[in-house]
Amino acid sequence: MSEAQAQLIPYIDEPHPITGVTNSKLAIWLFLASEIMLFGALFSSYIILRVSDPTWPHGRMVLNVPLATLNTMILITSSVTMVMSWASLMQNRFDRYRFYMALTILLGCGFMVVKGFEYAHKFEARHFPSTNNFYATYFTLTGLHGLHVLGGILTNLYFLFFGSKMWKTNPTQFAGRIEVAGLYWHFVDLVWIFLFPSIYLL
Amino acid sequence: MSEHSHEEHHELGFIRKYIFSTDHKIIGIQYGITALCFLFFGFCLMMLMRWQLAYPGDALPVIGTWLPERYMPGGQMTPDFYNALGAMHGTIMVFLGVVPLAVGAFGNYLVPLQVGAADMAFPKLNGASYWSYFVGGVIMLSSFFLPNGPAASGWTSYPPLADIAISGQTVWLFGMVFLITSSLLGSINTIATIIQLRAKGLSFFRMPFFVWSQFVTAFLLLLAFPPLEAAAVMQLMDRLAGSSFFLPSGLVVSGTALQVAGGGNPVLWQHLFWFLAHPEVYVLILPAIGIVTEIIANNTRKPIYGYKSMVYSVIFLGFMSFIVWAHHMFMTGMGTTMSNFFQTTTMIISIPSVVLVTCLIISLWGGTIRFNVPMLFALAWLPMFGIGGLTGLPLGLATSDIYLHDTYYVIGHFHYVVAPGTIFALFAGIYFWFPKATGRMMNQTLGKLHFWISLVAMNGVFFPMFIQGIAGVSRRLHTPITYAHAQAVQGTNVFMSLSAWVLGAAQLLFIINFFISMKAGKKVTSDNPWESTTLEWATPTPPPHGNFDKVPEVHRGPYDYSLPGGATDFAPQNIA
Amino acid sequence: MDTVTYGWGLPPNVSAQGAAVDQLIIIMHWFMIVLFVGWGLFFLYCLVRFRARPGRKASYELPQTKLPKFLEIAVVIFEAAVLIGLSYPAWSRLKNDLPKPEDAVNIHIVAQQFVWNIHYPGPDNVFGKTDPKFISDSNPLGLDPSDPQGKDDVITVNQLHFPVHKPVLATITSKDVIHSFFIPVLRVKQDAIPGMKVPIWWEAKDTGQFEIACAQLCGNGHTLMRGFVSIDTPEQYDAWMKEQLAELTPPPAAATQPASTQPAAVQ
Repeated sequence: MSEAQAQLIPYIDEPHPITGVTNSKLAIWLFLASEIMLFGALFSSYIILRVSDPTWPHGRMVLNVPLATLNTMILITSSVTMVMSWASLMQNRFDRYRFYMALTILLGCGFMVVKGFEYAHKFEARHFPSTNNFYATYFTLTGLHGLHVLGGILTNLYFLFFGSKMWKTNPTQFAGRIEVAGLYWHFVDLVWIFLFPSIYLL
Repeated sequence: MSEHSHEEHHELGFIRKYIFSTDHKIIGIQYGITALCFLFFGFCLMMLMRWQLAYPGDALPVIGTWLPERYMPGGQMTPDFYNALGAMHGTIMVFLGVVPLAVGAFGNYLVPLQVGAADMAFPKLNGASYWSYFVGGVIMLSSFFLPNGPAASGWTSYPPLADIAISGQTVWLFGMVFLITSSLLGSINTIATIIQLRAKGLSFFRMPFFVWSQFVTAFLLLLAFPPLEAAAVMQLMDRLAGSSFFLPSGLVVSGTALQVAGGGNPVLWQHLFWFLAHPEVYVLILPAIGIVTEIIANNTRKPIYGYKSMVYSVIFLGFMSFIVWAHHMFMTGMGTTMSNFFQTTTMIISIPSVVLVTCLIISLWGGTIRFNVPMLFALAWLPMFGIGGLTGLPLGLATSDIYLHDTYYVIGHFHYVVAPGTIFALFAGIYFWFPKATGRMMNQTLGKLHFWISLVAMNGVFFPMFIQGIAGVSRRLHTPITYAHAQAVQGTNVFMSLSAWVLGAAQLLFIINFFISMKAGKKVTSDNPWESTTLEWATPTPPPHGNFDKVPEVHRGPYDYSLPGGATDFAPQNIA
Repeated sequence: MDTVTYGWGLPPNVSAQGAAVDQLIIIMHWFMIVLFVGWGLFFLYCLVRFRARPGRKASYELPQTKLPKFLEIAVVIFEAAVLIGLSYPAWSRLKNDLPKPEDAVNIHIVAQQFVWNIHYPGPDNVFGKTDPKFISDSNPLGLDPSDPQGKDDVITVNQLHFPVHKPVLATITSKDVIHSFFIPVLRVKQDAIPGMKVPIWWEAKDTGQFEIACAQLCGNGHTLMRGFVSIDTPEQYDAWMKEQLAELTPPPAAATQPASTQPAAVQ
C-alpha cells in the first residue's frame, strides 16, 4: 500500500498539534452545538407560547416535583459515574471502568423508569399533549430529552459490551471514545438541569 | 493504528466497495447520481404543473392518462394534485436534489482531495449520511402512493393548513427528519475534515475558495437545521398527538369547530422554519460560488482577484444569514421595530454577495480566457446569479415587499438564483471534474449545445415570472386566469411552458453525454487535463482509495497561475 | 375609472398611500438595472478583450484600482438611503399612522376556506360581538344574537364596497388557515392569520371595480378566492349600504345549525 494509504486518517488517537483535540472530540463539540440549537429552539418556542397564554399553569402546581427532583439527582450522579468510568480507563483500571459504566447505565435506566411513572400518572389523570399547550410542551420537551437519554444509554451499552473489545487493540482510541460519550452524556444532563427548573419549578 | 488498515489487506466485495462504501469518492458519486435522478424527477413534476398553467383545465394528452385517476381524472389536473406537485417539486429540488448534489456530491468528492487528505475524517459516518439521505428520499417518494397524495401545503408547510392537512404531510415530516439527520452528520464530517486533516503547509488562507465555501456551508447546515427539526417534531405532535403548538383557539374549518385545545401560534412555525430556510438558501448558493471560482481561476490562467475579500465576505455572509430570516414574514403583521431590524440586516447581507460577484468579474481582467464547456457555464452563472440576487432587493425592503410578496416575482427571484444560478454551476462542476473521476472528457460539442440551449431556455422560463409578479399574479394558483389581472399576462404562461419543454429537451443532451462519455469519452492523457493548481489534480486518475501516492505538502496558495518566470503558466500547490 | 385594463407592468394605483410602494419598486429597479448593466458591460468587455489568443499571456499581477471599493461604498450608501429614507418611513406610516375609527370606514375582513367574509358594523359603527360557537351556515362569523349592537351589522361574502376619498380601517383575520388579503390596485396586502387581528388601512383616490386575491396557499380552493372590490362614490356607497341593511333578517335567537362537534380536517 502507498505511504498515504498507510497513514490514512490521522488524529484519531492523538490530538491535532494546533487544535489540541482528536477528530472525534471536535466532532462531538460540533454535534453538541447543533443540539444546543435544537433544544434552544424548543425552549424558545416554550417561552413564546407561555408568555402569550395567561392560563398557563405553574409547573410546580401540576407536575410531580419530588419525582423530578429525584430524577435530577439520578442524572447528576450518573454524570459523576460517567466521569469515573473514563478516569478508570485513564488509570488503566478496566474492571473499574466496567463497574462505573454499568452504574451509569443503570442510573440512566432509573431515570427512564421514573419518567415512565410520571407519564403513566399523567395519562391516568387524562392529561395528554392534546389537553393544552402546557402539557404539549411538557411531553414534547421531556420526551425528546428522554429519547436523548435513551440514545445515550444504548451507546453506553455498546461501549460496555461489544465496543469494549477495542480496549485490547487500541486503548487510547477507546478511552477517547468514552471521553466523547461522556461529553454527550454530560450535555444530556445539562439540558435536564435547564428543563427541570423551567418546566417543573416555574 | 488507523481505522482502515485491516481493510487494505482484504479485497472488498462489491457491496462493501460500491454500495455501503466508506470511501468519500464513491459516496460522493452515490450522492451525485441519486441527486441527479431526484432533480430529473422534480423537473418532471414541474412540467406537469406547467401544462396546467399554460392550458388551464385542459386534459394532458397521453401522460395524463398514465397518472392515477385521483390526481388527473380524465387527464385534467385537480387543484389538490397541483398543490401536491408544487410542494413536492420544491421539497425534492431543494432537499433531495440541489443540496445533496452541491454538498453531498461535490463536497464529499472534492474536500478531502483539495485539502490533501486521504478521506473524510469519519468515513463510516459519511456512508451513514448518504444512506440516511437515501431513506429520506424513499420516504418522500412513497408519499405519492398514499390515497390522499403527498404533502400539499407548500415546501414551507405553514400551519394551520399543514397541521390539518389530510395528505401525506406526516410522511413529509418523517422524511425531513431523515434528511436533516443526513445533513447534520455530513456537516460535522466536513468541518472536522477541513479543520483537522489539511495537508502540511495548507494554511486556511491557502485553501481553494471551494473549500472555504463548503466550510461555511457546513456551519450553516449544522446550526440552522436543528430548529426546523424542532418545528417538525412539534408539527408531528400537532398532527399525531393532537397538540396545539401551531393552532390558535377558535378555529372553525368548513363550518365545524376544530376539537383542539388551541392556544398555539401559527407564526411560531414560520419563525422556526425560516430560521433554517434562510441559511438553507445560502447552502444552495455557496458551493456554487466555490465551483465557479475554481473554474474561473483555471480558465483565466490568473489568480482570483480579491481572494481574501471573498473569504471574509463568505464568512460574514454565513454569520449574517442567521439574522435575516423574518424578511420572509414581513406580511404577518409585523410592526416597525422587527421590520426595520430585518430589512436592515437583509440590506447588509447584500453587500458580501455584491463583493463576491464583483471579485469574480474583476478576476476576468488581465486573464487569457479559455471558453471550454465548464467555463461557459461558470461565466453564465455570473449574470444569472446577478439577476437572481438583484431581484432579491425589492423583496428585502418591507414596503416594496407589500406588493411583491407571494407573487410570481418571488418565484422568479429564487429560481434565477437556483436554476440558471446554482444548477449551472453544478453543471460546470460536472463537466470540469468528470475527467478526474472517470479518466475521460465529456463531449465538448454536446456540452456547448447543452449550454446554449439551456441558457436561452432558462431565461425563457424564468424571466416572464418577473412580468407576472409585477402584474400582481399570486403564487401557487392552480388556475391563475381566475383573476383579471392574471388573464392579462396569461400569454407568458404559454411561452414559459414551451421554454420549459425546450429546457427539458436540452437536458437530454446532458444525460446522453454523461453516460456515453463514461464509456466512450475521449481519454485524458494527463492526470491534470485542465492544468489546474489545486490538489485534487495531483492524484492518479481516478484517485485510488487513500487518494495520494505521496502525502502532499503544500507550498503555495491555490491560484498561482501565470507566475512570472515559470516554465508553465500554472504552479500546482504541492510543487515547491 | 370604472373599468381597469390590466396589462403588463404594475396595475394602476388607485390608492393614496400606494404611491410609496410604487416609488420604491421603481427606484430599486432602476438601481438594479444600473448595477446589472454596469457589471454586464464590464463583463462582456473582459470576455472579448481578454479572450485566449495565440501568444496571449495572463498577468499574474492583480489590477491595482480603487474603483471597486468606491463602487461598493456607493452601493452601500444608496441602499442605506433608500432603506432609511424611503422604506422605513413608508412602513411606519402604514403601521403606526392608522386613521381614527371615527374618521374611517371600519371593516372586519375574515378569511375562510375559500371566501372573504366582509363585516361592516352598520349605522351604529360598533361591531356586534362574535363567538365561534354561534358559527353556522347562515351566520359565518358567529354574530352573537343577544348583542343588540350586532343587529345592524352587515356581512357580505366576497363583496367589498367602500367610498372613495375616505380612509378605510380594516382588521384582517381568518377562521381556519392562513390566507392573505391582497388588492393589487390598492397596493394592500396583509396575511390573514387565525388567532391574530391585524389592522391595515388605505384610502382610495379613484372609483372602479377591482379584485381581491388570496396571496397565501390555503388549500385546494386557494385559486378560487377571488373577491370583488367596488370603490364607490359616497352616494353609491350609501345606496349600497342601505340595500344591505334592508336585506338584514334579524339574526336568530339560537343558531339554527350549531357548529357540530365533529373534528374536520380539510386541505
